Amino acid sequence: MTRILSQPFISMGRGATLLAAGIGRWGMLTAETVRALRHVDVWLRLLVPQMARVGVDSVPIALFIALFTGIVLSLQASYTFTGAIPLYFVGVLVGKTMMLELGPVLTGLALSGRVGANIAAELGTMRVTEQIDALETLAYPPVAYLVVPRVLASIIMFPIVTALAIAVGIAAGWITAIQLLDMSTAEFVNGLTLFFLPFDVTYALIKATSFGFMVATIGCFFGFHTRGGAEGVGHSTTRAVVVSSMVILVLDAFWAVTLL
Amino acid sequence: MSIVIRDLHKAFDGKVVLDGFEVEARDGETLVILGGSGSGKSVTLKHVVGLLTPDKGQVEVDGEVVSDLRREELFVLRRKVGYVFQFAALFDSMSLADNVAMGLRRQSDMDRKEIEERVEECLRLVDLDGFGPRAPSELSGGQRKRAGIARAIATRPQYLLYDEPTTGLDPVTRAMIDQLILRMSSELGVTGIVITHDIDSAFRVADRFAMLHEGRCRFQGTPEEIRETDDPVVRGFIEGRPELLENAS
Ligand SMILES: Nc1ncnc2c1ncn2[C@@H]1O[C@H](COP(=O)(O)OP(=O)(O)OP(=O)(O)O)[C@@H](O)[C@H]1O
Ligand SMILES: [Mg+2]
Repeated sequence: MTRILSQPFISMGRGATLLAAGIGRWGMLTAETVRALRHVDVWLRLLVPQMARVGVDSVPIALFIALFTGIVLSLQASYTFTGAIPLYFVGVLVGKTMMLELGPVLTGLALSGRVGANIAAELGTMRVTEQIDALETLAYPPVAYLVVPRVLASIIMFPIVTALAIAVGIAAGWITAIQLLDMSTAEFVNGLTLFFLPFDVTYALIKATSFGFMVATIGCFFGFHTRGGAEGVGHSTTRAVVVSSMVILVLDAFWAVTLL
Repeated sequence: MSIVIRDLHKAFDGKVVLDGFEVEARDGETLVILGGSGSGKSVTLKHVVGLLTPDKGQVEVDGEVVSDLRREELFVLRRKVGYVFQFAALFDSMSLADNVAMGLRRQSDMDRKEIEERVEECLRLVDLDGFGPRAPSELSGGQRKRAGIARAIATRPQYLLYDEPTTGLDPVTRAMIDQLILRMSSELGVTGIVITHDIDSAFRVADRFAMLHEGRCRFQGTPEEIRETDDPVVRGFIEGRPELLENAS
């Protein structure tokens, strides 16, 4: 009886220990990444190709999501406001929601599935096929060679992709408004600018940058610590996506609490 | 100019692999390490370049204790050592030529043209001339293995560690790789450790033999000595007679 009662707590304790150990090792890798920044000669020429990869991987999916989100936001706003609130509030809602929440978060989640998975799978394969060891023997610091360019590329590209997504989402909302909702462009733009603060943009970009950092470091972390062949690579990839998606949502709440 | 392994201990998750292994590759000689599958030969070799750290004991290369080196010093040491991985470990994201050039780009002040020439020369040495632009995924197992050798020798290191360089190769290519190992040692004065299961090739390249058995050095000596030893474990291994091994222990 006592066992039945205590067992869940024991496994929770064990889970918490593992989590703490994982966070610790992730922190160590991240600290090493910062230290590895000094090997500019190693990572610099890899940065632009990585940025291109992040862009190619992510722009189509991010814009696709933003397009449909913008359309739906616009329609749902008008549905919600029926009569009670002036229609130009559709512009307020589309603009604010895309910028503050859906642009950064949906883009971040989509990219954790593309960029994060890609990083974890690639580095995981390199780990289990001893390519990371081979880098070491050729006197390349693996963190400077593999992690730094991926993390920097994500930090740079996530805000850019997010900005594009926000623009596309708002544009989709606007086209929907004038085509399907009998609104004029003037009304929509009026709503868009009514409560607009320059800080909204900063807020969106801070979020996107932090998401980029987390997705890349988490992908690298699981990739680097992969064990045991193709199956291990599969595990790492899945975990990288799951963990970075969760971290994005937690971080999103964290920024809302601290910055708003 | 020697590699000295002293009282090396290593366990993984409580499973003891090395249990006081001692062996020495002296200046300019080629040491062949024999041992059954899973006996810890690859693990030993990884300690030499600091890819693994010993639980106890140490490896000395060039008079320096590998596990005591700071990271920067370790990279300096690694520039002197070429490592041929058991499964080649080629970088799949780049061509064969780029694989071979990797070490040169990092470790030498050669210009683009000199690097290209060196890469071609190394690919020719392993009979892969013309394969430079290919991707590793387009190669056969044996070709990958040879490309791995080309990458390891490209920087003309003072030390070469070969992890089963001839496994999976046809007899002609195998003899060619043996000759390459011999040339490295005679022309460049390389100090080498060769891990192999291939007894013929072992006798062709070895100055001295060591046998790793149950985590320790079971035998160390010259080719003549190993031929004449009456240790049943060593005899059983080189003659391929498991019954000797079973009766021994
Ligand atoms: N990174 C590791 N983590 C856990 N166990 C390991 C690791 N590397 C090696 N081992 C274990 O150590 C033992 C020795 O492995 P090693 O690769 O050195 O064998 P080997 O002598 O090279 O064999 P083979 O001739 O088959 O290549 C094996 O039981 C292996 O499972
Ligand atoms: Mg091995």
